[in-house]
Amino acid sequence: MKTLLACLLTLVLALPAAAEVKIKEVVSPGGITAWLVEDHSIPFTAIEFGFRGGTSLDAPDKRGAVYLMTGLIEEGAADLDARAYARELESLAASFSYDASADAVTVSVRMLTENRDQVADLLYDTLHKTRFDQEAIDRVRAQVISGLRSDAKDPGDIAGRTFRAMTYGDHPYGSDGKGSIDSVSALTRDDIVAAHRAVFARDRLYVGAVGDITAEELSKLLDQLLLDLPETGAPIPGKAEVIIDGGITVVPFETPQSVAVFGQPGIDRDDEDFFAAYIMNNILGGGSFESRLMDEVREKRGLTYGVYSYLVPRDLANVYMGSVASSNDRIAEAIEVIAAEWERMRRDGVTEKELNDSKTYLTGAYPLRFDGNSQIAGILTGMQMQGLPIDYINTRNDKVNAVTLEDVNRVAAELLDPDRLQFVVVGMPEGLETTTN
Amino acid sequence: MAATIATLTSLPLAAQSIDDAVTSFELDNGMQVVVVEDHRAPVVQQMVWYRAGSADEPRGASGVAHFLEHLLFKGTETMAPGELSATVAANGGNDNAFTSYDYTAYFQRVASDRLELMMKMEADRMVNIRLSEADIETEREVILEERNSRIENNPRALFGEQKSAVQYLNHRYGVPVIGWKHEMETLDLEDALSFYRTYYAPNNAILVVSGDVDPEDVRRMAETHYGAIPANPDLPERVRTTEPPQTAARRITYKDPRVAQPYVSRSYLAPERDPGAQEKAAALTLLSEILGGGTTSYLTGKLQFDQQVAVYSGVFYNGTSLDDTTFDVVVVPADGVTLEQAEAAMDAALRDFITEGVDPDQLDRIKMQLRAAEIYARDNVDGIGNRYGRALTTGLTIQDVQDWPAILQAVTGDDIVAVAREVLQPETSVTGWLMRDQEVTQ
Repeated sequence: MKTLLACLLTLVLALPAAAEVKIKEVVSPGGITAWLVEDHSIPFTAIEFGFRGGTSLDAPDKRGAVYLMTGLIEEGAADLDARAYARELESLAASFSYDASADAVTVSVRMLTENRDQVADLLYDTLHKTRFDQEAIDRVRAQVISGLRSDAKDPGDIAGRTFRAMTYGDHPYGSDGKGSIDSVSALTRDDIVAAHRAVFARDRLYVGAVGDITAEELSKLLDQLLLDLPETGAPIPGKAEVIIDGGITVVPFETPQSVAVFGQPGIDRDDEDFFAAYIMNNILGGGSFESRLMDEVREKRGLTYGVYSYLVPRDLANVYMGSVASSNDRIAEAIEVIAAEWERMRRDGVTEKELNDSKTYLTGAYPLRFDGNSQIAGILTGMQMQGLPIDYINTRNDKVNAVTLEDVNRVAAELLDPDRLQFVVVGMPEGLETTTN
Repeated sequence: MAATIATLTSLPLAAQSIDDAVTSFELDNGMQVVVVEDHRAPVVQQMVWYRAGSADEPRGASGVAHFLEHLLFKGTETMAPGELSATVAANGGNDNAFTSYDYTAYFQRVASDRLELMMKMEADRMVNIRLSEADIETEREVILEERNSRIENNPRALFGEQKSAVQYLNHRYGVPVIGWKHEMETLDLEDALSFYRTYYAPNNAILVVSGDVDPEDVRRMAETHYGAIPANPDLPERVRTTEPPQTAARRITYKDPRVAQPYVSRSYLAPERDPGAQEKAAALTLLSEILGGGTTSYLTGKLQFDQQVAVYSGVFYNGTSLDDTTFDVVVVPADGVTLEQAEAAMDAALRDFITEGVDPDQLDRIKMQLRAAEIYARDNVDGIGNRYGRALTTGLTIQDVQDWPAILQAVTGDDIVAVAREVLQPETSVTGWLMRDQEVTQ
C-alpha cells in the first residue's frame, strides 16, 4: 500500500487539477465595476455586493449601529412593512442575506432567472427605500440584546471579547461589532439611518456575480441597483495597533471545559512573505488533521477535540490567532504543548517533507473552494476587496509552489514570537494563573 | 403579486430535474451505489454511509457508534494510523465523518482524478481496521473532550439531552448520539470491534459519489474495490424497540447558571417518512414551515408581531428518520414575559391555528419556494448526495427520494390541519423550560 501510494503521489504532482474559473470584468455604462463568471447551466444567479468599512464605521458612542442597521434591511422597504416585504420576497423565491463584519457589510443575493427583473426592483427598494420602522427597530434590537446576553455567558464569546480588547484597545476592532447592551439600548432611529448612510456608498463597493446572466444583463442590473447610491460613505478608521504583550489571562467562569484563544501580531495579506507564512501556519495549526498542533495536542495526548491556528489579515490590523478547548484539569497541559510547538517552529522551522506535503495539500485543495455559484460570487468579491488581480486564481498555486524551505524557516523565525503569544483562558483551569499585566 | 405567483406556479417543476443527474445500481455483494453527476468543476465527493448509528448500539455502550467513527481514522492492516487522512491531504483533499441516530458516514472531497485512491482506502477500512489499546485510550479522551465542547459546556445542549430522554420511553433516540458521559468513559476495544464486525459490511453500506464523474467509471472502480469484499451473511435485521402508547404529558425544568436566555421548548412524538408512505411526513414538513418558517409564519406573526410576547419562535421537523421522530416548537419570551406566559401564548396560538386553518396564499408561497429550492439544489450536488445517503440509511428508497418533491407539492391545507390535530397531542409531548439558576442570578 505504501509503495503504491508513492507511485500515485508522483502522478498527482505531475497533474494538478486545474480550477477553470473564467472571470470577466464588467464595467457598466454608469461606471460600476463587477467581476462575472457566466455559467448558464442552472437558471439562477448569485451576486455578492461588498461594502468596505463594516462595523468599524460605528461612531465611538454608537457601537452596534451598523450591525443593527444590517439586521433591519430586511424589515421593510418602500410601501411594504416587514411582513408584507417578507411575503413579497418569498413569492419571488429569491434570497437576500446580509452580514456585517469588522471590515465589510455584504449583501448576498440569489435569484432565479425567470423573475430577475422583479427581484431587482425589490432589491432596489431594499437598499434605497429601507423603512427602519420604529416597530422593527425595537423588535430586532430586542433580538440583538438577547444574543448579547447569551454571548456574555458563552465561554468562547467571552474569550474572543477579552482577547479583542487586550489586542486592539480603543480601536473599533477592540470591541464587539454587535455593540454592548447599553450602547444598543441607546441607539435611535437617526443613528440607524446615519449608519445606513455611512455604509452604502459607491466609493467602497465591490461586486461579484456568478451564474445565468450575461455581461450586458449584469451591466444593466448594476446601474439600476447602484447608480443612485451616494458617491462617498463614512471615512474608514485608521490602522489599529496590536498591543498584546504575551502571557496568560484567566477569566474565571464556572464550566467543565476551559476555552482558550491565543494570538500574537500577524502579517499583512500583501506582504511578500504572506505565502511563506500561510504555508508555515498550515503546517503548525492549519485546518486539517495533519497539523503539528492537532498531532501533538489531540492525536498524541487526547487533550482536545480540536486545536487550530489561523492568520487573520484584516484591513486595519493583523494577528496570528488560534483556539483550543480542554477540560479544566487538562487545559494547562494543552497550553504548555501549544507554546512549546510555537517555540519549536520558530527555532527549527519545518522539514522539506512537511513543506512539500503542505504545498500539495494547499494547491490541490484550492479548486475545491469553487463549488457553487454563491461561494464563487463571495470569492470574487473578496478578491477585489483584498486588491488581488483578476488572474489571481490562475497564479495562486504558482505562488504557493514558489515558496522555498528557506523562506518558510526565515518567516517562522521572524514572525513567531513566543514571548508575545497571549493566551486568554475562560473556565476554571487548574494550575493556571493570570500572568499578563 | 398574485400575478407573480400565477406565472411562477405555471412553470414545470424544472425543465431539467435533479433526477436526471442521478444514477444508481447495486454491487453483487449488496452494496448500494448512487452517483450524482455535476461536471462544472473537476471535483468529486465520495461518501460511504453505513446503516448503523447510535440507535443501533447495544445497551450500556452508548456512544460506541461515534467512537468507532473516530477509530476508523486509525490504521488498517496496510495503513498506518492517520495515513488515510494524510493521504487525502497529500492529494489536496479534505476528509471527515459524522454519526447520527440512524447512520454513520465517511467522506472525502478531492480532485476527481483521485477518486479511485479514495475508494481503495475507504474499502480497506470497511473491514481491515487494526486498533491498539493506546489508540483506544487516547481517542476516548478525544471524544470526552468533544462531549465537553458540544454538550457539557452548553446548557442548551444539556437541556436537549434531558428532554429527549424524557420524550422516548423505550426507543434509543432518547440516548444522545455522542453517548452518556459515564458510558463513554467505559467504552473499550471490544465494544468498538464488536460494533464494527456487526455492522461494517458492503451489504450494510451505501456508496454515494457526487461531482465530476462518469457513472460507468464509478461502477468499474466500485466493483474493483468494494465488490471484492464479501457480504456479511450474519448482518442482523434492523429491529429496534418501539414506543408504547404515550399517554402522559411530561414536563421538565432545567436550571443552569450559564443560561442567559430562558426559553420554552415543546416536542411532540411525530411520524417520519416511510417507504411508499410519505404523505403524513410531507404534511408535517409544510406544517412546520407554516407555523415557524420565518417572518411570515403563523407563530412569528402571533407571538412576535401581534402580541409581542416573544423575541424568537421557531418550529422544527425533519422527517428523514428510521423511526418516530419529533415535531418541535420553541418560544423565547420577550423581556418581562414569563415562561408560563410564553407557553400559554404558544398553546393558544397552536389552538387558533387549528381553528383558523391554512392561509392558501402562504401555502402557495411555500410551495413556490420548495420548487425553487430544487433549482438552487442543483448548485450543490454534494447536498443532493447527502439527501440520498440520509434517505437510504433511514429505510427509504431512491424512488421515495425522487417522489418527495411532488408529494410536498400535493399537500393541501386540509391535510396540514388534519396532521396538526393528530400530532399536536399533549399526551405525546414534553414541555421543557430552560431556566437561569435563580440562586445565582437574583
